[in-house]
Amino acid sequence: MSSGDGVSQSSSKKSKKPRYSRFTQQELPACKPILTPGLVISTFIFIGITFIPIGLSSLSASDAVVEIVHRYDEVCISSNANDDEAAHFARIGYIQDDRTNKTCTRTLNVPKKMKQPIFVYYQLDDFYQNHRRYVKSRSDEQYKSPENEQKTKTCEPEAFNDDRKPIVPCGLVAWSLFNDTYTISINGNTIPINKKDIAWRSDRTHKFGSNVYPKNFQTRGLIGGAKLNESIPLSEQEDLLVWMRTAALPNFRKLYGRIETDLEANDKITVVIQNNYNTYSFDGKKNLVISTTTWIGGKNDFLGKIYITVGGICLFLAIAFILVYLLKPRPLGDPAYLSWNKDPASY
Amino acid sequence: MDSKSQIEINEYSLQASDFLRNLSSRRSISSIQLKASGGRSVKELNSGELESKPVRHGSRGDSEGLNTSYKEINDEDSRFIYINNPEKTNEKFKFAGNSIRTGKYSIITFLPRNLFEQFHRVAYIYFLVIAILNQLPQLAVFGREASILPLAFVLLVTAVKDAYEDFRRHRSDKIENNRLALVHANGQYEQKKWKDIRTGEIIKVSGNGSIPCDMVLLSTSEATGVAYIQTTNLDGESNLKTRYAKQETQMKRPGEGKFDGLIKCEKPNRNIYGFQANMDIDGKRISLGPSNIVLRGCELKNTDWVIGVAVYAGKETKAMLNNSGAPSKRSSLETRMNREIIYLSIFLVTLCTIVCICHGVWLRNHKDELVLMQFYRKKDYSEPKVKNYKYYGWGMEIFFVFLMSVIVFQIMIPISLYISMELVRVGQAYFMIGDNRMLDESSNSRFQCRALNINEDLGQIKYVFSDKTGTLTENKMEFQCASIGGVDHSNGNAHVEGKDESVGYSVQVEGIFLKPKMRVKIDPELLKLSKSKHTDEGRHVHDFFVALAACNTIVPLTMETSHPSVKLIEYQGESPDEQALVYAAASYGFMLIERTSGHIVIDIHGERQRFNVLGMHEFDSDRKRMSVILGFPDQTVKVLVKGADTSMFSIIDKSLNSDMIKSTEAHLHSYSSKGLRTLVIGTRDLSSSEFDQWHSSYELASTALIGRAALLRKVANNIENHLSILGASGIEDKLQQGVPEAIESLRTAGIKVWVLTGDKQETAISIGYSSKLLTGNMTQIVINNNSKDSCRKSLEDALLLCKKLKIGSDAKQEGSGAGGSQLALIIDGTSLVYVLDTELEKQLFELSSKCTVVLCCRVAPLQKAGIVALIKNRTDDMTLAIGDGANDVSMIQMADVGIGISGQEGRQAVMASDFAMGQFRFLVPLLLVHGHWNYQRMSYMILYNFYRNAVFVLVLFWYVLFTGFALTTAITDWSSMLYSIIYTALPTIVVGILDKDLSRMTLLKYPQLYGAGQRRESYNGKLFWVTMLDTLWQSIAAFFVPLLAYWKSDVDVSSIGDLWTLAIVIMVNIHLAMDVIRWYWITHATIWGSIAATFICVLIIDALPFLPGYWAFLTIAKTKLFWACLGGITIGALLPRFVVKIFVQRYRPDDIQIAREAEKVETSRESHLAQVEMNPIFGHSRSFLRLAVSCLFAILERG
Repeated sequence: MSSGDGVSQSSSKKSKKPRYSRFTQQELPACKPILTPGLVISTFIFIGITFIPIGLSSLSASDAVVEIVHRYDEVCISSNANDDEAAHFARIGYIQDDRTNKTCTRTLNVPKKMKQPIFVYYQLDDFYQNHRRYVKSRSDEQYKSPENEQKTKTCEPEAFNDDRKPIVPCGLVAWSLFNDTYTISINGNTIPINKKDIAWRSDRTHKFGSNVYPKNFQTRGLIGGAKLNESIPLSEQEDLLVWMRTAALPNFRKLYGRIETDLEANDKITVVIQNNYNTYSFDGKKNLVISTTTWIGGKNDFLGKIYITVGGICLFLAIAFILVYLLKPRPLGDPAYLSWNKDPASY
Repeated sequence: MDSKSQIEINEYSLQASDFLRNLSSRRSISSIQLKASGGRSVKELNSGELESKPVRHGSRGDSEGLNTSYKEINDEDSRFIYINNPEKTNEKFKFAGNSIRTGKYSIITFLPRNLFEQFHRVAYIYFLVIAILNQLPQLAVFGREASILPLAFVLLVTAVKDAYEDFRRHRSDKIENNRLALVHANGQYEQKKWKDIRTGEIIKVSGNGSIPCDMVLLSTSEATGVAYIQTTNLDGESNLKTRYAKQETQMKRPGEGKFDGLIKCEKPNRNIYGFQANMDIDGKRISLGPSNIVLRGCELKNTDWVIGVAVYAGKETKAMLNNSGAPSKRSSLETRMNREIIYLSIFLVTLCTIVCICHGVWLRNHKDELVLMQFYRKKDYSEPKVKNYKYYGWGMEIFFVFLMSVIVFQIMIPISLYISMELVRVGQAYFMIGDNRMLDESSNSRFQCRALNINEDLGQIKYVFSDKTGTLTENKMEFQCASIGGVDHSNGNAHVEGKDESVGYSVQVEGIFLKPKMRVKIDPELLKLSKSKHTDEGRHVHDFFVALAACNTIVPLTMETSHPSVKLIEYQGESPDEQALVYAAASYGFMLIERTSGHIVIDIHGERQRFNVLGMHEFDSDRKRMSVILGFPDQTVKVLVKGADTSMFSIIDKSLNSDMIKSTEAHLHSYSSKGLRTLVIGTRDLSSSEFDQWHSSYELASTALIGRAALLRKVANNIENHLSILGASGIEDKLQQGVPEAIESLRTAGIKVWVLTGDKQETAISIGYSSKLLTGNMTQIVINNNSKDSCRKSLEDALLLCKKLKIGSDAKQEGSGAGGSQLALIIDGTSLVYVLDTELEKQLFELSSKCTVVLCCRVAPLQKAGIVALIKNRTDDMTLAIGDGANDVSMIQMADVGIGISGQEGRQAVMASDFAMGQFRFLVPLLLVHGHWNYQRMSYMILYNFYRNAVFVLVLFWYVLFTGFALTTAITDWSSMLYSIIYTALPTIVVGILDKDLSRMTLLKYPQLYGAGQRRESYNGKLFWVTMLDTLWQSIAAFFVPLLAYWKSDVDVSSIGDLWTLAIVIMVNIHLAMDVIRWYWITHATIWGSIAATFICVLIIDALPFLPGYWAFLTIAKTKLFWACLGGITIGALLPRFVVKIFVQRYRPDDIQIAREAEKVETSRESHLAQVEMNPIFGHSRSFLRLAVSCLFAILERG
């Protein structure tokens, strides 16, 4: 073919051609792993052999935990009402009455030797400490510094006392502070429960002010729970600090204290409970928990089971895939498997 | 001019549908330009004819025009321009000034207008409503700042983008507005800024200058009043067009003396090919037409100066009125996605309903206890008068809980997806534009993405509708062969590369060499013949080439070259065929040097000869030929006629030289079967009496006031007869580079290629063969009818034939690639008139869906759109239209994806298109590679985003079931908001831009892989539901593992919330990592970086002492249980997906999977090299995670 393109081309030498780079041409070096049988099987085996030991160790850890759980909210009230509703009101009447003696003595058996430190928890069931109305009713700024005493806007409906003075610590959470107490003794010897350092260090040092003192707290008609000693700053009111870390779930434990002596198996421990806290109004349960801990926390074999199950499934899959690969192999990347090669008529 | 070039003009002339609006009100106006050299071409539409057959109106040949030319324009519909009197012109009416504003905003209006425009999107309204709901005290779920953050972020990003774009528009407006023009004032021309020009002012534009506004020509530097303009900016046509000043004003030398007059013209409109006005000057009324106006945006060429009066300025100019962007389209993936969004909304409402019903039941059950319950507190005792504390009654509480749950679960509707999709499309466009393989080196044009929202449609195309001229072919006409005097000169021994070629033909004039710009390959034998004047054959050849050089409307222009003594001659004209013929004549030594209205000069083998042009009959579509009456130097007068074979053979005197006619006919047949465009040339000597007779009737006709065009046509018909044949020419419309291969690839990819052309059937079929669109073993069905009934009959016959062939082929059990049952449908425009928009449409659709190839010839532009609509409305399949000319605009806008070829014919198609590129063959990389990638990436991204948001919402939902249905979120507000902004946003965008399922090589090697997109394999209802099932499982795993592991423990809300946050983020990112096919360092960085960023963010959030979760993360991260949970969740949640993935890949592999494996197997050595290259990257990296992962891959791969 002819043509005088030479002229026109030379006149437009300034090309728009972008400078070649592997990035713009999408040719960056790349790793493109594909799931080869070897890779798949080794992945499964790898997961299997890591998960099963972890699962077993956490199961054994959970097994090593000695735990005494005692529900006392019903047994500590003598109720002679016949029907449920009457019993319900009788209980509420009992718990709301300041004059009744709320002391309750229970004897518990230690099933196995418990090494110190032994943790004493109270466990509340069906108490929605994660309820929206509840968790929002607090003022972290007020707790931190005395200057923020007036910052109670978020604390409704427990922001002010009757004289419009701000409540410190304000809010529903603080107001509802748990106030049952436990005294533990073995054969008449009282075992001390250490209530120091039960709250988070960060809460004690930063979150709650060491110069913020309780004020106007629980002074009104409706008492939610414990009263606070007004001469102790918030940062040292460790029960409050523990309580203020609102629980994630409606069935929760909170640390009450530590026993720093070992308990022998079959020891009979006597617990004197001051049964003050009102869970009867919403049919919540109260438990006393005395437990040791390990690296997975308290007694809970769920995670161990999950790990063993997942590990087991992976090993099983590894074997299954090995068998399947052996029985029904398919060469990698064989063009014969392309659909138009398998079934040419359709193209 | 022959019939084929006429078709070209037809193609040009019917403009985009925009112009059709103007049709009804159009009236043709003719000018009384009598003595113009080369009549002029103003293209117009003829509203009356159903076929939309355009008629080419010249200044002389307008029969319809004259009837209406003196029709008064209604005063209400017109504007009055007082020439040289802008004050009076603008006194009564407010005409726009000449300053233009393409910017949308000013500094003051930016904020409100931009916000207003942004909130046109439903997604943003949703955002806003949710944010407003959250501000109500009863509903405040999230902190106020946290809830506004995402919306504010998105608005800000978009606003900055808009502001930048607008700033650039303002800047270019400013440059444009401040250009200088010469404006007549106070008796002289003064410089004035463009923006200050007012209508009515007289403006002078010098050579090569731009026209500042639409103006009526008053005078030009040429005595004849002609001016040449280039309209590239307006309609993209690069050839020069002629415009005329009226003789009455041309004489008056405006600007030198007193000059006034009144122009009454129509209101501003968008039709760049129409203008009608009257001018009252010196008591005379002259009518003005489209050939008397020059439009803003044009450039003056080859004319020293023009003087005109501004009639439309600024935003009222035709250029500005046409300045609207391409209509926005929506990708089919997005349309389908919207259906799933509706499912998600239903799902969201269901979740909210469950929560509010449960809450209602809970409230009812605890009705009596609410007051005393420590964690509820129905009453507020802080005031003396006890009232309800945030309790509005049972019904209202349920209602509020419903609204609150909508706020909490809002990201179920993945708003961030819309933003991510836009970012991804920008990224994809960046790579498409930057692709060197789609760069047209010859025209130096890059790929352009004009529409940013349909990238992924490129991966799903099922039908390609292609224009022929300029798209499949180069639209560079090339003279190939001639049949002269019955002798065929198309033998193959033509010089291709020789010394003649390099020197070319040149003429020396006054020491300057003149060379034609384009060289044509020369048949040396023919060249020798052309020089021998004394043989019969030689005379024939001589006459033939003189006819080629003379019988046209080409204007020769000389151009400087780098060499001072060499000048190039460029032939400017409207028809590329004519250009090709004149170049051919020049190469054979018949060089057209000069053309004026009265004479032409042809240099014949170094001898300059002057021919008087005594008259010219312009081409028109009825005659399909043109003629000139030429006074030869030897005082003879001849009529030379050139035209389409059909029209020519009827006027050739068959008795004269029947052998020659027969052999010419045979040659013509062979030419057109080779795909050449043919023209026949005839001549006749005129006796002086004949000439006188013609001359007087010609004069009479051309000065006639009424029915001039018809009269002229009659005169032409009288003289164009009894011709003796000179010969015929064959012009090749060259196929573009790589077209047959591209069509082959597209067909293998399962794309049906339809060619829609204005060419005649034979030419179309021959191009079809040469482009491999048609193959020998195809059965051709030709539908070529003139009535509805016959159309129906042939359609029915064809369908029957199809059925028969289908049965036959089924019985035979077609072998691979035999394609014996392949059908090709060839249908012409006349038949389509009867088919489209009637009940026959259905039959045509049925038939065409059975055919592999469809060729539509002689179709008008609107019919092209009609054919696209035929397919688009009846199937879900995606259509793509590709074209280069103004005639393709309607088709490009109709199709799902419109592609403009930025080539010869200009920019009109490009302006209307969604994508533009240099050559047809780039369609292969565009569709097969980029389209495939874009579709895969976008489909995956949508599914992944649905999953990502739903899994988060479900975890929130499960937790709500354990909070007394009170809508507490364990995950902090800030983490909820950052989840889709920081924690998981970047990896999906990066993967959406960069990930490639297959390499370019593989995709081009197996075009069939494109079928994945056509079959919607990567995004469909099934995949959506499977993904949602997976989402459900993963959310259960992520939520319940920590729940049960921490059941009855002393864990607090914030700690377990952090665990859930991290678990979801890790799970979601590993999920993505599992599906990434190509790991670039960027992919590594974003995926592992996002996880790291999440840890950092959680840490920061927990280090803020005023939040309840202070120090929670650091406390819980110290426990081994936390890490054990994270590990267990990640593996447990992703295990089912992994297993299903392996199973599908191994035992139900799709083509993509096989090809990917093949790629890996074939290039295993190369990939090892690549790994070696990767290592330094890891070596430099300090990220422990990245190192670990690369090690893991290395270990696993060996295993």
